Amino acid sequence: MTSQPLLEGKDLCLSFRQRKVLDNISLTVNAGQIITLIGPNGCGKSTLTKVLLGLQQPDTGSVRTQRNLRIGYMPQHLPLDERMPLTVSGFLRLTRRSTRADIAHWLERLNISHLGEQSVHKLSGGEWQRVLLARALLVKPQLLVLDEPVQGVDVQGQLELYQLIPALRDELGCAVLMVSHDLHLVMSATDEVICLNGHVCCSGHPETVSADPAYLELFGKRLDDGIAYYTHHHDHEHCDHDHGHEHTHDHSNNHPHDHTQSKQHD
Amino acid sequence: MIDGFDTWWLMPLAAGLLLAVSAGPLGSFVVWRRMAFFGDTLAHGALLGVTFGVLTDLNPTLALVLGSVALALVLLPLQLASRLSADTLLGIVSHGTLAIGLVALSLTDGVRVDLMGYLFGDLLAINEDHVLWLIASTVLTLTVLIVFWDSILAVTVSPELAKIEGRPVLLLDLVLIMLLALTVALAMKVVGILLISALLIMPPAAAHALSRGPRRMAAIASVIGIVSVAVGMWSSFHWDTPAGPSIVVTAMLLFVASLLVPRRN
Repeated sequence: MTSQPLLEGKDLCLSFRQRKVLDNISLTVNAGQIITLIGPNGCGKSTLTKVLLGLQQPDTGSVRTQRNLRIGYMPQHLPLDERMPLTVSGFLRLTRRSTRADIAHWLERLNISHLGEQSVHKLSGGEWQRVLLARALLVKPQLLVLDEPVQGVDVQGQLELYQLIPALRDELGCAVLMVSHDLHLVMSATDEVICLNGHVCCSGHPETVSADPAYLELFGKRLDDGIAYYTHHHDHEHCDHDHGHEHTHDHSNNHPHDHTQSKQHD
Repeated sequence: MIDGFDTWWLMPLAAGLLLAVSAGPLGSFVVWRRMAFFGDTLAHGALLGVTFGVLTDLNPTLALVLGSVALALVLLPLQLASRLSADTLLGIVSHGTLAIGLVALSLTDGVRVDLMGYLFGDLLAINEDHVLWLIASTVLTLTVLIVFWDSILAVTVSPELAKIEGRPVLLLDLVLIMLLALTVALAMKVVGILLISALLIMPPAAAHALSRGPRRMAAIASVIGIVSVAVGMWSSFHWDTPAGPSIVVTAMLLFVASLLVPRRN
């Protein structure tokens, strides 16, 4: 419908202490689209998000947003000083131009009405994520940016949150830019996936990306590093090479028991 | 209660109470933003303001305030960086400014300097002029904090979200720090350089146990500050204890008492 994108990042580069974090990244977010940034830890997902949000200046490249674009941002972490007594509604009232009615609406919509008068310091991970999501929704976003929205949330909660996101997109008619380290969970919730590892490894429809060699290589490696999560069992076939490799290595070091141990681990 | 109805103590008492009122909310922000070290640095740097006043013919209070505000501006980048914790650097700057102030002051010719007065407060040096300054600064501080409360609090809770929501983060940081510099400069005569940050931190720390919301905590901190000043000065007049330290001891006792209040929620 609209030809002008909501947000457009062009040729973004950024280095921290000579380490290239963002290497010539371009991306476009169109109205109503759900885009997921995916990649291993430290691949620049959060940094890219911050650059796109204008919280961090890129070394080179540019970010253009539609005029007066309302962005709702749900950060990965929001550390609160414990010495600030603050209730959930008190926290949400800090959203610029929020009304009591809006706050009540979103608390209700996200099923956390009962938390309104509770201290923000007493919430579980999942509850806090929902409060942060409510805060992002309170700005009536045209673009919703979610950085690892399911962190610290149990599996059931993760599924619920990922079901919620497309529903919210439909309710608000907003675009969603989401950061995740797990493609399989977000697969059904996303229109486009961009796989990052400093540079854009591959991008496109989730099904296409999950079969892309660049994606497989990236996530295979991750398994090897031992930072893979339970959600990756179906990838194991691809990673068997690497695993097998290590096991042989272990054998040559005369540690025959390792094999059984790793089997348990698998 | 007070023997021989002298009125010389009215000015110091008024100064102390005014200070306590603005130190409540300002100190709360210092606590929430973990700026204690920054407050210390500002206080230590206030000696440079004194030197500045001695060297120029400016009104000493004006020179002090100008010096403090200038120092705050120079240190602003440091404060922003300190959110990422720059402990050592802050320690160097904080004690460095104190030492530079002491050295500079000793080099000014022909002026006898009462170091103890600067370090621990000097009630006798508080005159009407100083109280007028404090009235102005208290009114300014409270007005700004009340009018911009939501914005400053939002920036304190999350500068990132505040920025994305379109709040002028840098400007709000700047305003808060200017107010802090002003208050610190004027607090020097009352509690002394070394104890200013105690007056900023202890009342809010004590108020924490009694409050459910940030507004409430700031208000209760003011009340606790007022009680500390009143009790501290009273004991100073009666037992001839030094006023600044007596105020801080009272604040500390109130803080300890607050630990006994059972936690709610």
